[in-house]
Amino acid sequence: MESYVSHRDRLWLYIFVGLVIFYLVVPMLIVIPVSFSSTTAMTFPPRGWSLRWYEAFFGEQKWIGSLWVSLRVATLTMIVTTLAGVAASYALHQSSFRLSETIRATLISPLAVPSILIGVGIFFVYARIGGLLNTTAGLVLGHSVVALPFVMLTMSAGFSSFDMSQEMVARSLGANRFKAFVTVTLPQVKFSVATSMLLSFLVSFDELIISLMVASGPMSTLSRVTFATLRDDVDPTLAAVSTLMLIVTSVPPLLLHLYASRVRARNGRNAG
Amino acid sequence: MANVSIFPAPGPIGQAEFEANRRALERDRRAETRMRINLTLPALLVVFVLMVCPILWLLSLSVVAGDGRLSLENYALFFSEQVYVEMFLKTFMIAFVVTVICVFLGYPVAYLLAILPPAWSGVLMLAVLVPFWTSGLVRTFSWLIILQRNGIVNKSLVWLGVIDKPISLVHNMTGTVIGMVHIMVPFLILPLYASMKAIDGNLMRAGANLGSSPTHAFFRIFLPLSMPGLVAGMIMVFVMCLGFYITPAILGGGKIKMIAQRIEESISLYPTWGPAAALAVLLLLMTAVCLFVSLKLVRWLAAGR
Repeated sequence: MESYVSHRDRLWLYIFVGLVIFYLVVPMLIVIPVSFSSTTAMTFPPRGWSLRWYEAFFGEQKWIGSLWVSLRVATLTMIVTTLAGVAASYALHQSSFRLSETIRATLISPLAVPSILIGVGIFFVYARIGGLLNTTAGLVLGHSVVALPFVMLTMSAGFSSFDMSQEMVARSLGANRFKAFVTVTLPQVKFSVATSMLLSFLVSFDELIISLMVASGPMSTLSRVTFATLRDDVDPTLAAVSTLMLIVTSVPPLLLHLYASRVRARNGRNAG
Repeated sequence: MANVSIFPAPGPIGQAEFEANRRALERDRRAETRMRINLTLPALLVVFVLMVCPILWLLSLSVVAGDGRLSLENYALFFSEQVYVEMFLKTFMIAFVVTVICVFLGYPVAYLLAILPPAWSGVLMLAVLVPFWTSGLVRTFSWLIILQRNGIVNKSLVWLGVIDKPISLVHNMTGTVIGMVHIMVPFLILPLYASMKAIDGNLMRAGANLGSSPTHAFFRIFLPLSMPGLVAGMIMVFVMCLGFYITPAILGGGKIKMIAQRIEESISLYPTWGPAAALAVLLLLMTAVCLFVSLKLVRWLAAGR
């Protein structure tokens, strides 16, 4: 939308938005300098510099153990959710059977339900049936519930521009269903699949409430240990952990976003 | 559909062949539907067993009293005990305040995103998205450092002479609201921006042509047209605030209790799961009502003009 108002008339808007963006972006970066502090006081600016809090992180079983739990659970959640989500959204694409809209709504609904509710529900189920509390499988299944909607939304958008008749052409030329999917459909939605994998990994890695309800002790996730330390005894190792989490949760989506906009811009130029 | 035969029929086809063809097509269609439903089953199973069923179970648990009878005593608890009444009021108040501040901060950002040329709005969008992607725990911890007694905000305020000695900015309502707004603002900006992007810029120019000042045109044309996105974003923020856990638990320092923390505590606090289940059901009900109202309101706003 072009506008007919001069930049000077809008100066107040630029200043205000600049302040809001400052509030959104700058505070969370403070963990980076604090993590390199040489003292136990978490002040900014730090009085001296050192790597001691990173050494503390990588040297302590509490942290390193929970990091492995988180990485393991997030990787498995990514595999489970992407497989189940891609299959479901493929099945629901251009389908017109009676239940299809209900199924789609059900698979996206965890997004609208407060995660504390999902967490309590899963805890009650696990506590009753036994065998899933404090296990990798229990965490992965729990995280899959909250990660699935992200895969469904991403894949629906990916499939939306895909015409099913292409696959039918492949099948009429002799490919079976699976081969047609892998050779014709999948290459066209590979970008959405990659986004789905990244999102489901990150949702699981960052998830706190379900982890809090269903796993403790040696099965605690990094987010759970971070939360407990934050609540009970704040220690500067947290700054090192936070810096690592900041990088893990914001850099990959940023790269993917930049790559996607470049691809879009290139395609746009070709089309135009 | 894949097996449609295209051999030329010698003359008009008989009733029997026609019937056979129809049945084959019908069989094919049913097989296709069955295959599609089968493909959704793994995902459906996870959501059903771990979300839909537990919620129904919570519903039933919430109406069972301590002695196993069917009763509403778990719900009566919330109206008789002062702690719960206060907790509900506080939860609603925080959600309301956070939503209002988010509108105040988020609307100008979404507006600028919608009117900037694509290259600039892309950069501004990143400044909204990067915090949105970043772990909520990390952001909450940052606020703990910034707002602490000898943190940078207190130091600056003392240095500027605004205050004499450091004031408490965390472990209370102030810290909770600052931290929650930080997490919620992008949730308001994104849907609002999407609806603003769809507004036809010519309408504003037409308004200017007809003698309307920019301010007048904004309030009479742009603002009403952006209402559906604004309402959708506001309800989204409000609903998420109602069930929020991390930030109040940490920046509230145990003093600010919202529903989510109460639910968690009730599990260990009471001998039965009834009270926790009843609280959870109430939260679900409030969420559902808000989302339903939002859906109706957005439709009404979008159709009303």
